[in-house]
Amino acid sequence: MDPITVIRSRTVVMPSTNIDTDQIIPARFLTTTVREGLGVSLFADWRYDKNGQPKPDFVLNQPAARGCQVLVAGRNIGCGSSREHAPWALLDFGIRVVISTEIADIFRNNSLKNGLLPVVVDEATHEWLLAHPGAEVEVDLPASVLRLPDGREVTFPIESFSRYCLMNGIDELGYLLSRMDAIERYERAREGA
Amino acid sequence: MTAQSLFEKVWQRHVVVPETADTPAILYIDLHLTHEVTSPQAFDVLRARKLQVRRLDRTLATMDHSTPTDTAQIFGGLPIKLESAARQVRQLEVNCAEFGVDLIGLQDSRRGIVHVIGPEQGATQPGKTIVCGDSHTSTHGAFGALAFGIGTTEVGYVLATQCLLQRRPRTFEIVVNGRLPAGVSAKDVVLAVIGRIGVNGGTGHVIEFRGSAIEAMSMDERMTVCNMSIEAGARAGMVAPDATTYHYLKGRPFAPTGADWDKAVADWNTLRSDAGATFDKSVSLDAGTLEPMITFGTNPGMVTTIGGNVPERPGDAVFAKSLAYMGLTAGERMADKPVQVVFIGSCTNARISDLEAAAAILRGRKVAKGVRALIVPGSQQIKLEAEQRGLAKVFTDAGAEWRESGCSMCLGMNGDLVDSGQYCISTSNRNFEGRQGIGARTLLASPASAAAAAVRGRVTDPREFLG
Ligand code: SF4
Repeated sequence: MDPITVIRSRTVVMPSTNIDTDQIIPARFLTTTVREGLGVSLFADWRYDKNGQPKPDFVLNQPAARGCQVLVAGRNIGCGSSREHAPWALLDFGIRVVISTEIADIFRNNSLKNGLLPVVVDEATHEWLLAHPGAEVEVDLPASVLRLPDGREVTFPIESFSRYCLMNGIDELGYLLSRMDAIERYERAREGA
Repeated sequence: MTAQSLFEKVWQRHVVVPETADTPAILYIDLHLTHEVTSPQAFDVLRARKLQVRRLDRTLATMDHSTPTDTAQIFGGLPIKLESAARQVRQLEVNCAEFGVDLIGLQDSRRGIVHVIGPEQGATQPGKTIVCGDSHTSTHGAFGALAFGIGTTEVGYVLATQCLLQRRPRTFEIVVNGRLPAGVSAKDVVLAVIGRIGVNGGTGHVIEFRGSAIEAMSMDERMTVCNMSIEAGARAGMVAPDATTYHYLKGRPFAPTGADWDKAVADWNTLRSDAGATFDKSVSLDAGTLEPMITFGTNPGMVTTIGGNVPERPGDAVFAKSLAYMGLTAGERMADKPVQVVFIGSCTNARISDLEAAAAILRGRKVAKGVRALIVPGSQQIKLEAEQRGLAKVFTDAGAEWRESGCSMCLGMNGDLVDSGQYCISTSNRNFEGRQGIGARTLLASPASAAAAAVRGRVTDPREFLG
């Protein structure tokens, strides 16, 4: 997992509300047994036509989307299936930050565990972002602040533990394994072994 | 002691290390169900870090999502047609063999959709924490378990440590009082709930379903309700265990026996919300006013009564886009809309009582000309029971297809697909764009409503077949 500190990027904007994980990565791509290579299938049903050709009017197919690391989505992104293939596909495409007014629980969890930063912002900030696609923003994880081009600073909530893991590119497994003594004690107490 | 909710009681029992401002709680997991789609990368992590599965006795694997429902491919010696699905199934077999995980394999008579077989085998029990790499793990909450879906990385954590890091979710009570009118089912209740609170109404919360209408429900019905909690964005749904729960569980393979059973029941009886327990949110519905429901859009919150019309939301571009995908217009009646496909199946509605509800309407009738009806039992056990009780014959006599169990047409990854532009009335849980196949248009409804539509070839109020 690549550590995140400060990300400066133009935004790519997808104003659809309730973007579910079936849209982010349709089920037929879930038969993979690895994590890599899902970027080409990201938003496949919105991105390609019947013959598999990129639809020129879809935002991720436009030249301006190239290199963007920040995705601004309409209200409430990530509902539905728990497939971790959704953050894997976004990351494989090059997205490191997803911004919305609400982010569904499982998708948020999955994102945090893979180095994709979920950023929840207030309505006014969200509206501004939707209205200004391609805006150059700065996402400052150590400060938990989103900086807009006009200098505004918007604080976003992030659990300190997750922030620590993201900034250091480490996962939670190491932490859990380091508490094995407590886990064993708990098991003994409950199972009476 | 302060009054506690059911959720709080189950949560508290499983805290290994309490949460602090800086770190989430370490939560112990009693039962980990796993399947072929969301586990391969987790086993790879174990291999890479040279870890074992910590508690084989708390881990159970099966295959359901990508498996075909065609008998020849399961029992007839034909290979699984979809090459990538075959590879995934093989990978699970290899992983389970290598790590020693109990696998309910392709030809096992106990196989089925993971959320159907957990309860069916009696592995799902009150007061347990249950996780699975699948969002509809919420189903198991019907037994008073705290059950929720996790991603693949967390599947790896649970395999390795039997624990997860969790912040305590908030609580939400949904009270459904009164009696459901005839022809109105548990599916209609939960669709009405989602219509009311929205697809993100439950985000960050664990829902407890309470009230006389919930208490009157069978386990099959409670499972349908809890199953779709996630469609309201909730972490989990729960129902307090009671005599109905114990009656269902008693004698099942994993259920306790003898003195252990009595001890378990005494303990389970303590698992209900205390009088005076508080919830962060509360909503109530009157069961007596509910009607058969159907979705018209591309998320389960876009729902109306079968007798109702597609709502009008002038100026809402997202709503308009969704209707355009569905080929519906604002203000249009839902009743009499022609359907081309009927799917009765999925972890929401493929248990025996669901099949009975469908058979009650299909008995002695025919599937309308030009309609494809696919009926897929939730497990091989249910399949067997439906065959023994003559339900399967009712379906095949009516001209419906009767399949081996699995997720089937609930999601387009196993070969059972709806064609682009077709309307499918489906007893599953998601009407997202493309969920049942590219361009497929899903109308979510109850088994009775799906069966009624199969007979008429168009959206029909199942109450027309009553009496
Ligand atoms: S039946 Fe559908 S919702 Fe249920 S586990 Fe299978 S794919 Fe998921």
